[in-house]
Amino acid sequence: MSKRITIDPITRLEGHGKIEIFLDDDGNVSKTYFQIPELRGFEAFCVGRPAEEMPRITPKICGVCPTTHHICSTKALDDLFKVEPTPAAKKIRELMYSAFMLEDHTLHFFFLGGPDFVVGPSAVPAERNILGVIAKVGIDNAKRVIKLRKECRDVITHIGGRVIHPVCGLPGGVSKPLTEDDRLWIAEVAKNGVEFARFALKLFNDVVLDNRDYLDLIAGDVYKHHTYYMGLVDKNNKVNFYDGDVRVVTPEGREFVKFKPKEYLNHIEERVEPWSYMKFTYLKEVGWKGFIDGPDSGIYRVAPLARLNVSDGMATPLAQAEYERMFATLGGKPLHNTLAFHWARLIEALYAAERMQELAMDKEITDPNIRNIPTATPEEGIGVVEAPRGTLIHHYKSDKNGILTEVNLIVATVNNAAAIGMSIDKAAKKLIKNGEVSDGVLNMVEMAFRAYDPCFACATHLIADKNFFTVNVCNEKGDIIKTLDGE
Amino acid sequence: MSKPKVAFYWCASCGGCEEAVVDLAEDILKVVEAVEFVFWPVAMDFKVKDVEALRDGDIAVSFINGAIRTGEQEHMAKLLRKKSGLVVAFGACAHLGGTPGLANFIDRKTIFDWVYLNAPSVSNPDGILPQQKTMVEEGELTLPEFYDTVCTLDQAIDVDYYLPGCAPPPDLIMKAVEAILSGNLPEKGTVLAPDRALCDSCKRRDTKPEKAVIKEIKRVHEVLLDPVKCFLDQGVICLGPATRDGCGERCINANMPCRGCFGPTSRVVDQGAKFLSGLASIIDANDEQGIKKVIDSIADPAGIFYYYALPASMLRRKR
Amino acid sequence: MGFLCNWCSYGGADAAGSQRKNYAPNVRVVRVMCTGRVEPEFVLKAFQSGADGVLILGCHPGDCHYKEGNYKALRRYYLLKKVLSQFGIEEERLRLDWVSATEADKFVDTINDMVATIKALGPLALSNPALAKGVSADFQEDTLV
Repeated sequence: MSKRITIDPITRLEGHGKIEIFLDDDGNVSKTYFQIPELRGFEAFCVGRPAEEMPRITPKICGVCPTTHHICSTKALDDLFKVEPTPAAKKIRELMYSAFMLEDHTLHFFFLGGPDFVVGPSAVPAERNILGVIAKVGIDNAKRVIKLRKECRDVITHIGGRVIHPVCGLPGGVSKPLTEDDRLWIAEVAKNGVEFARFALKLFNDVVLDNRDYLDLIAGDVYKHHTYYMGLVDKNNKVNFYDGDVRVVTPEGREFVKFKPKEYLNHIEERVEPWSYMKFTYLKEVGWKGFIDGPDSGIYRVAPLARLNVSDGMATPLAQAEYERMFATLGGKPLHNTLAFHWARLIEALYAAERMQELAMDKEITDPNIRNIPTATPEEGIGVVEAPRGTLIHHYKSDKNGILTEVNLIVATVNNAAAIGMSIDKAAKKLIKNGEVSDGVLNMVEMAFRAYDPCFACATHLIADKNFFTVNVCNEKGDIIKTLDGE
Repeated sequence: MSKPKVAFYWCASCGGCEEAVVDLAEDILKVVEAVEFVFWPVAMDFKVKDVEALRDGDIAVSFINGAIRTGEQEHMAKLLRKKSGLVVAFGACAHLGGTPGLANFIDRKTIFDWVYLNAPSVSNPDGILPQQKTMVEEGELTLPEFYDTVCTLDQAIDVDYYLPGCAPPPDLIMKAVEAILSGNLPEKGTVLAPDRALCDSCKRRDTKPEKAVIKEIKRVHEVLLDPVKCFLDQGVICLGPATRDGCGERCINANMPCRGCFGPTSRVVDQGAKFLSGLASIIDANDEQGIKKVIDSIADPAGIFYYYALPASMLRRKR
Repeated sequence: MGFLCNWCSYGGADAAGSQRKNYAPNVRVVRVMCTGRVEPEFVLKAFQSGADGVLILGCHPGDCHYKEGNYKALRRYYLLKKVLSQFGIEEERLRLDWVSATEADKFVDTINDMVATIKALGPLALSNPALAKGVSADFQEDTLV
């Protein structure tokens, strides 16, 4: 009698997602499916809209990472209208972006993915959230997190008007300049940010790396795939979130290709499955070989660990030291251990803070000249950034009046879609045996996707009296044959 | 005495409204002490079955954000309505349809054809489209039905109150939560924000045109935007006159014009039509040719006027 | 649906009536004080309630009883037509014209012409989006105040 476990909805991540786990007659996992049951159709309904409105429309794709869409869209408009932003505008954009990366990354660790480590993957569900983290690290440290988040978001609000869906981006510039007072205040926030990021890494070291069991979990085989990796790098092949070329390395760590964002269609292709509204990307040159890893499969990964894998280092000193330490600890580049995404994420947070500091110390950022008015006739534009969750591409085509005729988006998490499915499948197969299913085991299956931080960093700011769920194990006819209530 | 039960759910949403709740920062601890969350998929492990197991009216208040786009979202909205004493439409999408509402200028087929068949990065020679039911080797997989038309929350269920904005600002959220917890609520159907136009509190109102002054419409990227003068006075479309107040002019402060996310005041039925009327009144041209010239310079008027409110409008969708 | 201003076009309609002129019976007339009173919402409401076409008749430019009203109407009219076309509603379904109190013939011709145009276009048939497009039938209909 074959059985089926449905996890619906999955938790501590964004949106609507479900996992279907099918068991064979022995109670071992035969296959899992990771389904996204949601679609809104931005690419289609943005056709007919004025191009300059896109930096205000596309952030509504995601209220957690709106800044990424806002900046990526603005860059696509620079290209569409063939206009260069002024130097000050470029710096203001990158400053806002760095503040966002810092805030978003640290939030994911403390509120979403982190609890699995800080509290423990098989801990009671009621503790596997911020409350458990607070109990472990102390209320003072938790308040530091809240404070840092608020300060960074205040910076984004000041530059962008609002932090949820900022509005300042324009082709050729931004809508308003920074004053000297602004700059000094932001520099102070950045300084706090660097200290905080170092504290977060130390915490990770004390709580996770010094714990033998966790280290084994990270380094072990349950959460591991040998895939290609993709990320933006600057001209020195260092990680850059705001700009650069797209670099891809093989599972062995060799550079496979490095291309300009404009050429993305030569390298990235998308696949459709009838059981999910989300598509799956893969490398065109290698081809789609199914949900498998290895050098013959076109599946690649993006986001923190991938970015560190493809780069030759971090562009700022403190982050660089941490980068070297991670690879030394876990056995060299490239790292395939999915849970190492958490570590890489904190290293990136440190880089973001250092970069924010560099930009805030640059006096040119207060230059009042923040707009170049476009004069060329618009036609086609492509913008790319590294979102917290991966490479993000906005591609627009317009008529000569700047009304959009075509929109194509490759949205960060979609690059990891296939890998997430594979990670869940592997974890389920390795952890669920002989039909034995417990809350802790199912949570460890969910940990497989949390490492990727799929699109929603933030909502668990909550203390619950009760935290419970029900798992129904059903036979083919849908009769419930076993029920687990976790508390 | 037990704490009131609260649910927080999202339909066709971006997650920004969940973020807005977290942006309450330390204030959220006050909220959390006073209520018991029984359903919040993003944060907690409660399942649909747990909601189904509650008695009708057990949930004191459900905050629902996001527009209605799929069968699952419609079902969940109805379920929560049944189990809740109060339902609050949280955010522009639940209130008016929001940005996803712009999809009402097209339909499901247009979306599916582009996303799954014709987009330049897609390789789909067999023309596979997502299906409500798919048979795989191991069993049947399901996806919810994707509707042709985006609907507001109150087009699906009875809504008690509305919290407007994309996303609602923290201070409005706190006021609403405090009002609900203390039972000090206005008339049913009220939008929980000041009932006057944005222009009323905007710093630029002194230069707001009273008469026909616009000789040419300028798009935001075509001109340097004066940080002091009213946008309409500069010939730049700003939906302030047709938009409810309460956001603190966040966008105006960033030197960008309003796009109407709070929706209209209570005295207006169709936000886009109202703005159309107001804009036409301040255009400075009286002959057919002159008028046409100015009108033709407006890019995508329907999209701009109904930026957030298309599903809530009178016509609701393209024919 | 016909919105006629009190001073000129309604007078024109009266003139046509008193001269016993025949014209198509398909227009429901609503008298407003001025075409400037016609809000875009009236037009949308008319379409939404089942009208296949909307006609707005006012004083000739320069003759408006309130000086500016018909100019405002003219500007709104062009903008509204553009918006309606984005909604898939043919521009010809909305028409603005000028008829003075003595122009009985013009009134008749305008009515007949409009009706013929609409007949050629066919019914507007704005289906209830909730029922027609896949949303379940027990959605609450959006009622207008």
